Amino acid sequence: MRLPCPICGERDRREFYYKGAAEAADRPAPEADEAVWDEFLHLRDNPAGVTRDLWYHEAGCCSWIVVTRNTITHEVLDAALVEDQP
Amino acid sequence: MADLIAKTPLTGLLPFATSDLTCSELEFASITSVAPFRGQEEVVSEALKAQIGANFPKPGRTTGRAHARVVWSGRGQALVLGAAVEPIKGAAITDQTDAWACVALDGPGARDVLARLVPLDLRDGVFARGHAARTLIGHMHAVLMRTGPDRYGIMVFRSMARTLAHELKSAMEAVAARG
Ligand SMILES: [Zn+2]
Repeated sequence: MRLPCPICGERDRREFYYKGAAEAADRPAPEADEAVWDEFLHLRDNPAGVTRDLWYHEAGCCSWIVVTRNTITHEVLDAALVEDQP
Repeated sequence: MADLIAKTPLTGLLPFATSDLTCSELEFASITSVAPFRGQEEVVSEALKAQIGANFPKPGRTTGRAHARVVWSGRGQALVLGAAVEPIKGAAITDQTDAWACVALDGPGARDVLARLVPLDLRDGVFARGHAARTLIGHMHAVLMRTGPDRYGIMVFRSMARTLAHELKSAMEAVAARG
C-alpha cells in the first residue's frame, strides 16, 4: 500500500505509523459532558467502506495526515495535513 | 586538557568498493540544521543565499553544490552541509556536525543497490539529480539525496554508522554477484 503524503508525494506504507480513526484529532473541550468524552475515548464506528484515519509520516517529513480510503476496495481517496483541517 | 584524536563516524568501516561501485565516507567541515520560524521562510532563505550562495530548499530538494549544499530534511528544516552558517535572525540554528554519518555511493548500478534498501521510487523521472528525501534505508531513518546520474548521498544518525556500512556492503556485493 502507498499513501500520498501531501508534502512528500506517494510513499510506501512502511514509512508511516498508523494511529486510528481521524476523530481522535477532534478532542472535546475539557468541560464537555461525560458522555461526549466517553464517546471520544471509547466509541468507534469501524465501517466497511470509506474511512478517515490518522497516519504519521514517521520515516518521512514527520507530518500527521488524515487519509481517506476504502476498506472494501483498498482505494486511497485522499490525504490531507491534520493542521489544515477545519 | 589532553588533545584528543577525533575519529570520523565511519573510521575503519569505509571505503568499500566492488568492480563498478564505490562507497566512501563524506566528511563535512560542519553540518548545521536551519529551521525558519513560522512566516520567516523567505527572509531566512535570502539570508542563507547571502551567506553560502544557496537558498533554503523546497520539500524533497537540495540546493547549492558540493560542500556548500543545503538538503531538505523534514517539515520546515534543512541541513547545511560543509559551509559554516552564522546565526540567522528568524531561524533556529543548531550545530549537528558530529551527529551524522555521511556516505557517498558512486558508480553505475548505485540505484540497484539502493533499490534493495530504500522504499522509494528511484527512477530518473521521479528521483532526479537535485532531489532529496527523508526515508528509510533498511530499518534506519535516513536523508537520501541524488547528487549525480550515478551518485547518491546518504546520511543516518551517527550511532547507526556501522549498520549503514554493513547494509550497503551487503547490497553492493549482492548487486555485483548478479554481474
Ligand atoms: Zn511526508
